[in-house]
Amino acid sequence: MESGNVLITGIETLFNWARLSSLWQMGFGLACCAIEMMAASASHFDMMRFGVIPRPSPRQSDIMIISGTVTLKMASRVKILYEQMPDPKYIISMGSCSNCGGPYWEHGYHVLKGVDRVIPVDVYVPGCPPRPEALLEGLMKLQEKVRTQSLSRA
Amino acid sequence: MSMDQQAIQTRLQTAFGDQIGEWHEMKTSAYATKYGSYLDVKNVDYLRDICLFLRDEADLKFDNLMLLSTVDNGDKTLSATYHMESTTHRHVFALKVTVSVDHARVPSVTGVWTSANWHEREGWDMMGIEFVGHPDLRRILLDEDYPGHPLRKDFKVPDFYHGMKVPY
Amino acid sequence: MAETVQQRIIRNGQTMPAKVVPAEKVEPRRLKTEEMILNVGPQHPSTHGVLRLEVVLDGEMVVDCVPHLGYLHRCFEKHAEAMTYPQVIPYVDRMDYLAAMNSDHGYALAVERMLGVEVPRKVEFIRVLFAELQRIASHLVAVGTYGLDVGAFTPFLYCFRDREYILEMFEKTCGARLLYNYIWVGGLSHDIHPDVFGMCKKFIKDNRATHKQVNDLLTFNKIFVERTANIGVLRPDVAINGGASGPMLRGSGVKWDLRRDDPYSIYPELDFEVAVGTGKFGQVGDCFDRHWVRMLEWEQSLNILEQLLEKWPHEDKTDVQSAVPKRIKPVAGEIYSRTENPRGELGFYIVSKDGINPYRCKVRSPAFVNLSLLPVISRGYLVADLIAILGSVDIVLGEVDR
Repeated sequence: MESGNVLITGIETLFNWARLSSLWQMGFGLACCAIEMMAASASHFDMMRFGVIPRPSPRQSDIMIISGTVTLKMASRVKILYEQMPDPKYIISMGSCSNCGGPYWEHGYHVLKGVDRVIPVDVYVPGCPPRPEALLEGLMKLQEKVRTQSLSRA
Repeated sequence: MSMDQQAIQTRLQTAFGDQIGEWHEMKTSAYATKYGSYLDVKNVDYLRDICLFLRDEADLKFDNLMLLSTVDNGDKTLSATYHMESTTHRHVFALKVTVSVDHARVPSVTGVWTSANWHEREGWDMMGIEFVGHPDLRRILLDEDYPGHPLRKDFKVPDFYHGMKVPY
Repeated sequence: MAETVQQRIIRNGQTMPAKVVPAEKVEPRRLKTEEMILNVGPQHPSTHGVLRLEVVLDGEMVVDCVPHLGYLHRCFEKHAEAMTYPQVIPYVDRMDYLAAMNSDHGYALAVERMLGVEVPRKVEFIRVLFAELQRIASHLVAVGTYGLDVGAFTPFLYCFRDREYILEMFEKTCGARLLYNYIWVGGLSHDIHPDVFGMCKKFIKDNRATHKQVNDLLTFNKIFVERTANIGVLRPDVAINGGASGPMLRGSGVKWDLRRDDPYSIYPELDFEVAVGTGKFGQVGDCFDRHWVRMLEWEQSLNILEQLLEKWPHEDKTDVQSAVPKRIKPVAGEIYSRTENPRGELGFYIVSKDGINPYRCKVRSPAFVNLSLLPVISRGYLVADLIAILGSVDIVLGEVDR
């Protein structure tokens, strides 16, 4: 947190706590990782206890979990969806394919080698597919990031 | 009644004579012989008539086109393979046509089996074979402005596509 | 229709007293309408992945529906040409990611048939056990997400809970939950874990209770029946000519199951019924029938699992990798090999030119061919019905786009 701004430190803590406890997710499952994301929302792993509710529209969500391979055809749509999300917004890149192209890095003529070529990413969750527990850890890392976020730079 | 593949080939020979080429057989297992053998079609223009014959004759009745695939043979020729089966008589058959890369035109069999519609669109998209007579021949998996036909052996991956870097 | 009509006229913002006129003299206002094109997807909660549907509407009624694919085209066929035969198996997994065991089985069978390799009996048993477990897991997702599409949230949670039990069994054996790389050409990657037998017995008992629960909650629910009966009717001759397979074909009353009609592995020794749609609540071939076929297949898979556990050759201690060839190099030729996936007929057309890589590996994916029938079966229904129809086709975009 920015030192020296004593006046708003208390408010920052409050705002950040509120933000990280209710990160609403935009349901954007692309490929196999989407099934593990759905399993993370289901009863065994229960992502909803972290405050993550799936919302159908980008305008009503805080985070977008890119789960699955982003192809060249899909990349422009991902960008449009990212731009439609209101600030502050966070992106979790779930899985090998959206981190760096995954198993399709060598001969994929239609695969975008990592979603960070079109949008900025906050947390990368490795795995192919990552276990639901790994996604939850990635979510908690994102919550750490939000907790130390400063209002004056938001 | 289920017919032997040799018997089906004889029927086609009597009906179409010179338009048919040779029979290629795969011998590694019983399954491979049944599903890996195919009949070459010499004259591409007769392909639709042969398929209609195979579908409509009472003892052949090939009512289901299982797969229509395209192959780049490497020696400047492209092939299209047709695997079909009959759900009533329980027999299978395969045909193959070969065209050169410069004149890659094959008659469309969309009027014979409707499942060929999307298979042929994919053949055009991936291999660049033009199916003459197809009602709506446009790319199905890639964008309309994607450069080249990817499954050809001499395809080069583009460096940039719509401003995005494609290679790793 | 009434013979007289009360005509109310509004003049200068005031309603005049009603006049009674004969019905023939009333002229309805002529409305000018045009068709609207609605874009569904590629990001949409219920398109089961990245599918874009361009729907042409006349009011609420669907005039035409054009699917646009390719948003998940991951170049499987190009990768298959660059990898060796065993290295292709992880890519095959990732195509139909809900039925990875069945897809692996299909590909391994294709290469084994090309080579002429026979696998030991114990390996066949393990393969069929896991294939049927995967079939149940896939149908659980299909039924759960279909309920979500139609508006029911609870069956989704019950189905995913049971799916976790199946994934635990897979994880104990080969370490992976979703994408396994387990069924190799000529054998398996790991031997079956001894705990799996006990887990499987317990699972069968619990799952029968869940099957009944889902039937009570979803299948025989009046709302569900009204939303799916008589919707999206597919005629059997259109289905066969259009290449449909799996529950889509069997829902239209055609009794065609590759485990029965073109058997492979040890399916000839197993006793199970092939489920077909009979028009239980509506016409034969509607959405309800396809859902009903999946529910019946789920039950039949449980029966197959019980039979397998009874007949299991426990004293057989063969190494599961004993028949894996040291070098996989089929002779020059080609083959088209097919197996029954939860979605339909999965076919592999492999051309070999005597090398260690497949020269060409084309996949006949059932979801691709079934999806091509979507425009045919959705004309004339409402937009909400279109979502129900799409859910009943049960597509997996990884397989449609490869």
